[in-house]
Amino acid sequence: MDNFKVYNKRMVVIFFVGCMLAMVGLTGRLVYLMIYKSSYYYTKAIEVQERERTIKAARGLIVDRNGVILGDNKTVCTVSVVYNQVTDRERVIEVLSKELAMPEDEVRKKVEKLSSREKIKSNVDKEIGDIIRSYDLDGVKVDEDYKRYYPFESLASKVIGFTGADNQGIIGLEVEYEEYLTGTPGQILTVTDARGVELDYALEERVEPIDGNTLVTSLDVNIQKYATQAAEKVLEAKQANYVCIIVMNPKNGEIYAMVNVPEFDLNDPFTLVTAEGTVDMEYSGEKQNLLNKMWRNNCINDTYEPGSTFKIVTASAALEEKIVTIDTPFSCPGYCVVDDRRIRCHKTVGHGAETFLQATMNSCNPVFVNTGLKLGVDKYYEYLDKFGLLKKTGVDLPGEAGTIIHKKENVGNVELATMSFGQSFQITPLKLLQVASAIVNGGDLVTPHFGVAIADKYGNVIETLNYETEEGVLSDETSETMRYMLGMVVSDGGGSKGAVEGYAVGGKTATSEKLPRGNGKYIASFIGFAPVDDPEVIAMCIVDEPTGIYYGGTVAAPVIRELYENILPYLNIKSAD
Amino acid sequence: MSKERGKRESRARTGIDYSLLVAVAFLIGFGLVMLYSSSYYTATIKFDGDSAWYLKKQIVATALSVVALVFFVVVDYRVWKRYTWIIYILSNVLILAVLSPIGMEANGARRWLNFGVMTVQPAEIAKIAVILLMAAILSTNIKKVNGLVPMLVVFVIALVPTALVFLVTDNFSSAIIIAGIGVIMLIVACRNNKGFIALIIGLLVVAVVALLLLGGFRATRILVWLDPEQYASEGGFQVLQGLYAIGSGGLFGKGLGQSVQKLGFVPEAQNDMIFTIICEELGLFGGIAVLILFAFLIWRFMVIANNTDDLFGALVVVGVMAHIAVQVILNVAVVTKTVPNTGITLPFISYGGSSVLFLMSEIGLVLSVSRHKRVRREEIRQ
Repeated sequence: MDNFKVYNKRMVVIFFVGCMLAMVGLTGRLVYLMIYKSSYYYTKAIEVQERERTIKAARGLIVDRNGVILGDNKTVCTVSVVYNQVTDRERVIEVLSKELAMPEDEVRKKVEKLSSREKIKSNVDKEIGDIIRSYDLDGVKVDEDYKRYYPFESLASKVIGFTGADNQGIIGLEVEYEEYLTGTPGQILTVTDARGVELDYALEERVEPIDGNTLVTSLDVNIQKYATQAAEKVLEAKQANYVCIIVMNPKNGEIYAMVNVPEFDLNDPFTLVTAEGTVDMEYSGEKQNLLNKMWRNNCINDTYEPGSTFKIVTASAALEEKIVTIDTPFSCPGYCVVDDRRIRCHKTVGHGAETFLQATMNSCNPVFVNTGLKLGVDKYYEYLDKFGLLKKTGVDLPGEAGTIIHKKENVGNVELATMSFGQSFQITPLKLLQVASAIVNGGDLVTPHFGVAIADKYGNVIETLNYETEEGVLSDETSETMRYMLGMVVSDGGGSKGAVEGYAVGGKTATSEKLPRGNGKYIASFIGFAPVDDPEVIAMCIVDEPTGIYYGGTVAAPVIRELYENILPYLNIKSAD
Repeated sequence: MSKERGKRESRARTGIDYSLLVAVAFLIGFGLVMLYSSSYYTATIKFDGDSAWYLKKQIVATALSVVALVFFVVVDYRVWKRYTWIIYILSNVLILAVLSPIGMEANGARRWLNFGVMTVQPAEIAKIAVILLMAAILSTNIKKVNGLVPMLVVFVIALVPTALVFLVTDNFSSAIIIAGIGVIMLIVACRNNKGFIALIIGLLVVAVVALLLLGGFRATRILVWLDPEQYASEGGFQVLQGLYAIGSGGLFGKGLGQSVQKLGFVPEAQNDMIFTIICEELGLFGGIAVLILFAFLIWRFMVIANNTDDLFGALVVVGVMAHIAVQVILNVAVVTKTVPNTGITLPFISYGGSSVLFLMSEIGLVLSVSRHKRVRREEIRQ
């Protein structure tokens, strides 16, 4: 028998050395992969292993001028179950169905579903979330979440607006200031297995969310409340379609209140409420239309024929152009003829001989027709342009409607005559209030607005919001004359029901007949400001389709009077001597 | 007569190679831990919450393999020399039997025989059969086997099961190992083998060139190997996920049981890719420790072979050494993307019942040889 010879042994050693060299090579390869390329492969591995979950950022608050919170966040909880972390499935099902008041089989289906993270219920009250958390069940996750909450419910609903499921603004200031209000969501990065199931032992990496900023508005909750009460009262009394009230500072355009009754509940914006009450309706295009109608801000989104209140524009232009003075004598036979058209005065027997001041106090149509015709189309449009009537106000709310007006080249005498007393064109109520402000504040066209400043979540102002003011659209003298005339309208003229005891209020009424003419539908309105010599506040009331008596001076003026009785002392407006 | 007696006495005094036994025992134990760690997640999902499904099966196979080891240690290895042809022929028949009804398919390949109580991969039997038959033939005819032609004749012993394993069971990696065992045994045993070595190297070159030129399934593997990210769907995915596991281990690893890649990212983490999970959980140090353990094993094989005068015994040890060395090196090379991917398991650690059973049998043979190792010259002279 042969032996294993020295030669063979040498070959074994050579083979062994070969193996060792290969293993050293592989060790080198390992070092390369695990040290040199480690971060590369680690990053790659994390990419396939990590899933991210977003943490909602708290939406910024909306506060009124005194810091009262109008739009707030409520902490709600989302309860979910991580399948592979649940240890006692039956107990989880039992507890969740009990605490969340959900049918057991529904909970069971979700708990037993083999998914990475199954949401059981969202928008759970924080108290219930805390209770569930206190059970300390494995695999049950209670995540805190924010839901928009409006403490004043329906107050200024059409101005403030509301948010949708993703906390995004849907209407109103919530949309307009979305970029400030919405924060930057944070992230929770979790390591998962290949199916996306979260691992309970892996470290969670958190990127904290950045909360949204606070919007400081010019609204005043108290004024808004008074205005809402006044509006609701007249809505009820006159069985009107809707009532709008806008209260503004004529000097800088800050809107104190904007009411559109009926308002809707901001905490429940998708429930359709009509005059008949809550409507239970399947979601459909029709429901969406009705909801859109319910959410509509009539002060801004709708236009109307302003009627007699617009005579202040004609009067200002004529006074500025020195076509008339307050003492210029006129005569009203109860109608006037323009080309082939006979335009009637509201007082069919006529006002007889009257000065321009008296004609304004009487709201006499023939006088303003004559004045408008004397101005001529070019001059008239020049003033429309000056007052910004041909463009939007630039208010910080979405969906502002533009002016609907004849093209200048199409305007003949008849058109000019009707425009002179506020007919045959349409503007938004807010536009008229803006122009009226310019007429009484010394001639500065301010931009009406709500947003005043952006503050951080501690209330420190980060950014002051500035708005354009077009100065000198009207001379001081004319403005002063207008204030005097409008003061006379209230103290001795057609706006007498707008007078507030102890205060000097100026104003102008209007009664517009809705189109088509002759259907008996009217819009009663009144614009009033105080005090007359240096207006600090200007307010407007529009009553759409009042039943019974429909005159602006009778229906709308008392609304503003009632409002002023409350807010003039509140605003520390100096009383008349 | 007295000389003969003295020899027998000295043999009786020498024990088995305990350091080899301890190293193997450690590898088996470590392997079971890593097997559980890498498989519990897959097992939980696949077998309805039974996280230890793979572990339990492997423990049964390991227990059986310990019995086999003891059996092969106790029985004098020289006994097997008489049965080598029978074992060899039987192993080839068993490979063919894969095509018969007792053949079993798993993971898309028909490689197993189902004996009811357990399944066996005949390729594993073929490895041990080739080692035994080649050792027997070479040890009795060593003088005749010098030069290219007789070496090629003996090499046919390895080539038959190689071809069968490759063609019948489509098991490329096992075929390579069987052929590799044959080549290494021949080179170690034969004095005049320059022609043979030249031929083998020549054949390797031709094979590589042919693969590159002819394309097809194996060539795709080479493309995947060169750029796994681009060929992710053709198999690069497994390689890449393995690399992510290795790379994310770093110096000391994530800790035992903390691998994330085993959670479904690395497919069949308990099989061929188990070394990647070891690297992820135990880091570079763990990976190197495993390599050192295998290096120690191979070193012990060398020591045992070179301390054995009996040519048959020494060649058996060389065969086993070749088997384990080739398999370990190929496995680690594959998972580190050093060579193209081919399904090859890590001895003693990867999941696989027949693999551990026959590996332990081979270790039993080696330990049996070590019992009868060369007596010291002084004793012989006595």
